[in-house]
Amino acid sequence: MSYQPHPSPLSPVELVDEYFTENRNRIIEVAAFLDRLDRADPAVAASDYRVRALADAITVLAGHSSTRVQDIQLLLSDPTTDPRPALDRKGAVGAWRRPEGSR
Amino acid sequence: MRYIDHHAHMASRTTDDYAQMALTGCVAVTEPAFWAGWDRSTPEGFDDYFRQLMEFEPKRAAAAGIQHYTWLGMNPKESDNREMSIEVMRRIPALLGGPTVLGIGEIGLNRVTKNEIATYTEQVAMAAEHRQLVLIHTPHLEDKLKGTRITLDVLRQFPSLPPGHVLVDHAEEHTLESVLDGGFWAGLTLYPQTKVSAPRAVDMIEKYGPERILVAGACDWGPSEPIAVPKFIAEMRRRRHSEALIHRVVFENPVRFLGQSPQFRLPAGVAAAAAAQAS
Repeated sequence: MSYQPHPSPLSPVELVDEYFTENRNRIIEVAAFLDRLDRADPAVAASDYRVRALADAITVLAGHSSTRVQDIQLLLSDPTTDPRPALDRKGAVGAWRRPEGSR
Repeated sequence: MRYIDHHAHMASRTTDDYAQMALTGCVAVTEPAFWAGWDRSTPEGFDDYFRQLMEFEPKRAAAAGIQHYTWLGMNPKESDNREMSIEVMRRIPALLGGPTVLGIGEIGLNRVTKNEIATYTEQVAMAAEHRQLVLIHTPHLEDKLKGTRITLDVLRQFPSLPPGHVLVDHAEEHTLESVLDGGFWAGLTLYPQTKVSAPRAVDMIEKYGPERILVAGACDWGPSEPIAVPKFIAEMRRRRHSEALIHRVVFENPVRFLGQSPQFRLPAGVAAAAAAQAS
């Protein structure tokens, strides 16, 4: 399907002017969260699948893909296709738990 | 700017929220039936809830100058309970002629279980049989990709249900394209923590254009904002998008989709006034 994009009339520099400060804040918040975890238990980054997923997402963030959001969404998603046989819990947690031994 | 919020769980909200929405330009809301945050214990509990949606909420909304419409269905969070779902679905056809009932919704998947898929499929069949519009919830977070794929696969089993009569809601960057490519309408849900922020919603409008895309605030019992759509409008203006483009997304698009139901009628002059405001 063909789409009709409507790019923002803002120039690249204007986009940076407009959005830099709030994104500076966001990345510092992520750093603060990781430091907080380290203070609580430095091993948690390796042992908790959600934090491992976050670390993988940060690798995507630092790359040069032009579809970082989509790439991170996919990284956090359940890639399987079979329905669950039964309800395990009501809510999602935000990251798919990969089977042990896989990356 | 006048707007329509197509996905607003006003039963969870105060009268002050209606007033705030009216003051920020909301002229109509549509309220899909959903999960209360706890499972209902009897099918009769749904009778009362549907009566609230069809009788009480329109009056509360009207007091603020807002039109209220609703969607009826067995919500995804409780749809794994097949016994309850069958009883709830049995009640719905008799209610579809209600003067403010736009169609079946919000139906769909939560944890993508076999039972949820069975309930969802039966509700899509009901919509096709009764020629109803459909509003579909797609799962949250890590379940969204898989759930959206199966959601669309089921819809394709019902060629008598036109894709243009189906709104697949809570789309995000990794699911939006598949929804639009299927010919369906896509909803972007503006949430403070999950789903889509206003800046990301604007990004998707910039990337894909406004065709068949709607935005809503959900304003439910969890962290959510009744004035999420006005904040989206502000974000569009922050990017210097034209008033005409904004008007298309927040007013014309919902009118195009919802107006396919004979029940959806804006008061005389509202559409003209909204268009004049955006020109």
